[in-house]
Amino acid sequence: MNGPTAFGSRFRRLGGLGSAREGAAHWWAQRLTALALVPLVFWFVASLAALTGAGHGEVVAWLRGPIAPVMMIALLAAGFHHLQLGLAEVIEDYVHNQAAKITLIIAVKGGAALCALVSILSVLRIALGP
Amino acid sequence: MVEFTLPRNSKVKQGKTHKAPAGAVNVKSFRVYRWDPDKDDNPRLDTFELDLDDCGPMVLDALIKIKNEVDSTVTFRRSCREGVCGSCAMNVDGVNTLACIKPIAEIKGDAKVYPLPHLKVVKDLVPDLNDAYAQYAAIEPWLKTETPEPGPESERLQSPEERKELDGLWECVLCFCCTTSCPSYWWNSERFLGPATLLQAYRWINDSRDESAGERLDALEDPFRLYRCHTIMNCTNACPKGLNPAKAIGEIKKRMVQRR
Repeated sequence: MNGPTAFGSRFRRLGGLGSAREGAAHWWAQRLTALALVPLVFWFVASLAALTGAGHGEVVAWLRGPIAPVMMIALLAAGFHHLQLGLAEVIEDYVHNQAAKITLIIAVKGGAALCALVSILSVLRIALGP
Repeated sequence: MVEFTLPRNSKVKQGKTHKAPAGAVNVKSFRVYRWDPDKDDNPRLDTFELDLDDCGPMVLDALIKIKNEVDSTVTFRRSCREGVCGSCAMNVDGVNTLACIKPIAEIKGDAKVYPLPHLKVVKDLVPDLNDAYAQYAAIEPWLKTETPEPGPESERLQSPEERKELDGLWECVLCFCCTTSCPSYWWNSERFLGPATLLQAYRWINDSRDESAGERLDALEDPFRLYRCHTIMNCTNACPKGLNPAKAIGEIKKRMVQRR
C-alpha cells in the first residue's frame, strides 16, 4: 500500500480525482502535426540538398522567395508544437513527483515556445528584411 | 515510479535443482520462480528436470507434474486447463501467456517460468491482481440503458451485424497477460487502466444495446486512464487468445475525436 492511503480503500486510491476529461485534443494535435511534418521535412531536406555549395547570398535569396518562408515557418511551427507535445508525454510517463513533473513540463513548453518564436522571427527578418 | 533495477530483497537467486529420474531420455529443464511470503529469503529460481516422454504437452502439464511428483509447495493458479478461464497466466520463456495452451515444444532450451511481470507476488507464480480487477470494475462492465427493461417474454434485440461488432472483444478471458506486458502499465499502473480493461471498455462502447457510450467515453478521456497508451503493441503480441487490445484502444481514441 502507498503511504498516507494505507488505510484507504483500493477504489479511492485507483479512482484518484476522477477523469480529467481531456487528452483527445492533445492526441489529435500530435497526429495532425506528425502528418504535416512528413511533406514539410521532405521539402526541407530536398531544399537543403539543392542549396548544397550555395553562397550566403543565394541562400538569403532562396529564403526571400515566394514559397520558402511559408514552408519554413510552417515547418518550425509544426515541429516545435509536435516536439513539446511529445516531450511532455515522456515526462508524464516517467516523472511521478508532482512538483518535478509540473516544473519540467512548463520548462519544456516554455522552451519550445521561445525557440519557435526566435526561429520564426529570424525567418521573417530575412524574408521581409531590406 | 519507474524502476530499472530490482530492490535488493527482490533479486532472484539460484535455487535448488531437482534431477530427472534415472533412465529418462527426453529431458527438459524447467526453471521456476519461487518466493515464499512466510520466509525472509529472496526469490529464487528452482530447476526441475522432467522426462517429457512422461509428461503432457503443455507448460501447465509440466507444472502440475512438478507439483504432484516433485515439490508439492510449488504454487500457481489453474482451473480449466484449456484457455477459457484465464487463471494460469504467467510469463513463460519471456512472454506472458496461458501455461495451459503454451506447448512445451515451442520453447527452445530451458523453460523459464515467472509470474506476470510488475505485479506484487503473493507466492511463487501467483501475482496480486486486485488492482487490475478494481480497474476493470471501474469501467462498469455491464449493459447500461435508459430504455426500460423489456417484458419477461422479450429481450433486447441485436442484428447479426451488430453482434458481429463484438467479435474479437467478447473472447477476452481477463487473464491480464496484455496489461502486465505493457510498459506504460508498469510505469503508471495506478492511473493507466491497461489494455485488458480498455478492451473491455470498448466492448461495451461498441455494443449496440448499450446506451451510455458518451458517459463511458467521458470517464475514459484522461491523459492517464486512456492516453498513456503509446501503441507499443506488447498487448497484442502477448494475448494468448489472439485478440488485438491495441486496436480496441485505437477505436476508443477514434471515438474521442469523432464526438468533438
